Amino acid sequence: MSKVNKTIVYLLVILGAVLSLFPFYVMITSATMESGDIFQLPPKLGFGRNLVENFIDLNENVMINRAIINSFVISVVYTFFSVLLCSMAGYALAKFNFRGKNIMFAIIMGTAMLPFQAMVVPLFNMMNKFGWINSYQAVIFPFLANIFGIFLMRQNIISFPTSVIESARIDGCGEFGIFFKVVAPSVKPAISVLSVYMFMGQWNKFMWPLIILRTRNMYTLPVTLSTLPGVSKMDYGQIMLGAFISVLPILILFLLFQDYFEKGLLGGAVKG
Amino acid sequence: MVNGNLQDSKNRGLISRILIKLRPTPKTAPYYFIGPTFILFLTFMLYPILYSFILSFQKFNAGSYEFVGLKNYFKLINDPVFRKALVNTVIYLIIQVPFMIFLSLITANFLNNKFLKYKKIFKISYFLPAVTSLVAYSLIFKLLLNTDFGFVNYILSFFSIPQIDWLNSPIAAKLSVILAITWRWTGYNMIIMLAGLQNIPKEIYEASDIDGASPIQKFFRITLPMMKPIILFCTITSTIGTFKLFDESYILTGGGPNNATITVVHYLYNNGFRYLKFGYASAMSYLLVLFIVAFSFLQFKFTGGMGDE
Repeated sequence: MSKVNKTIVYLLVILGAVLSLFPFYVMITSATMESGDIFQLPPKLGFGRNLVENFIDLNENVMINRAIINSFVISVVYTFFSVLLCSMAGYALAKFNFRGKNIMFAIIMGTAMLPFQAMVVPLFNMMNKFGWINSYQAVIFPFLANIFGIFLMRQNIISFPTSVIESARIDGCGEFGIFFKVVAPSVKPAISVLSVYMFMGQWNKFMWPLIILRTRNMYTLPVTLSTLPGVSKMDYGQIMLGAFISVLPILILFLLFQDYFEKGLLGGAVKG
Repeated sequence: MVNGNLQDSKNRGLISRILIKLRPTPKTAPYYFIGPTFILFLTFMLYPILYSFILSFQKFNAGSYEFVGLKNYFKLINDPVFRKALVNTVIYLIIQVPFMIFLSLITANFLNNKFLKYKKIFKISYFLPAVTSLVAYSLIFKLLLNTDFGFVNYILSFFSIPQIDWLNSPIAAKLSVILAITWRWTGYNMIIMLAGLQNIPKEIYEASDIDGASPIQKFFRITLPMMKPIILFCTITSTIGTFKLFDESYILTGGGPNNATITVVHYLYNNGFRYLKFGYASAMSYLLVLFIVAFSFLQFKFTGGMGDE
């Protein structure tokens, strides 16, 4: 390729990267400003001095501290149990032949293909009957069993040598022991990929928590954020700080485990 | 005393016998492993989906349900807002999805260049929007698209383009949603396409080099045909995603102005959880299912399902 062409490619790629990152930059700088600084022409590009104040105000106005805690508790508990369940189910599908396997598989496949929106009304009524409205468990339980996770684990466990499982059995290892001590450690990378993915999915989830959580002290971060533009006296510095807080943990996870995110994404798309 | 002890040990024997019976054997183990998941699926997915179907023939009135047959569906077809939501979705589909797929493919091609340095940094930059919460990014775009002080209008003013009321005029608001979705998802599809590009055997390109093919010829004659399945995959997942749009409509534009940007799921939410028309919302969800199942089926057919080894 000629030098001119190479330069053009570089310029375009850099332009794309700038367009991708610029909204983050505006979010972060705005989080340190007060509304008056944000709504100004020409727009301010530097940092302001209102970060701490914005946080204090945000906490006073919408209990952002509480929302952070809610989001963390829900996401961590959800991630732990969904990864556990998906791994176990994936193991059953990968390494066992049992009666009813095909029917179970068909039911899981068939229901998982349908969008969550198709079940949301009865699900809400069900939570109402359980007395689970406005509770952590209502956010966590319905989506613990995740089809993507089951497949990811199945694909990763399937190549695990069956002979190792059998010899562990002969050595007197119990069935749960085989899973937790022999199989699971060998698919640690897949478990990490899935954990990161599930955590992100739950952390960012919006519609269901919006429906099922009713009081501010139970809101997760996205739900709290969604109420911000409506709160009177709310200024955009606080809104952007809220957005930044909700993005930060995922940002850190992403920068640390970028490969996991990519693998998780490709797990559903490209084979191998 | 003696008697009690006997009873006790009998009980203990019974409990331990039950425990031994419950201990998973190679034959029963798979049920222990898949059982909890299966029960969760039955309770929180299969049952609600079937129940939703029944609800769609009913009307929630003063705390009780009455059977109304197909009335919800007929009403839906004639509901101007629902029609608007469908039209909006189709507009997003026709404009946004092809534009984004094209953009991702071009970007992936650029990033696949051998001479390019700092690939990892570029990849991270492009992928970053895709891990951002939909609510957060909708709020950011709300600020960027602000009519008087937003960055977008500020930049446009340099090209002497008059202020655009991005979020409050019907056409511009649609454009805003399209812009926002494109920003969020281009990198996501790009990563998938990049992986696909890297799977194309280098020998094909080398052979075409010998034949003297230009880069543009190579793109249309080799890259595009080889990437067809992946482009298809991205198109179909994006199409399904478009049917499910909610957050952007809810946060960025509030569905407005005058329902110009409302999506099917947003309208479903309003009906189900604002107006408490459970039956009507269920009917809507079933029409949505119809669309999505059709596209999922296509996806399944064209990409070979879950890719069994």
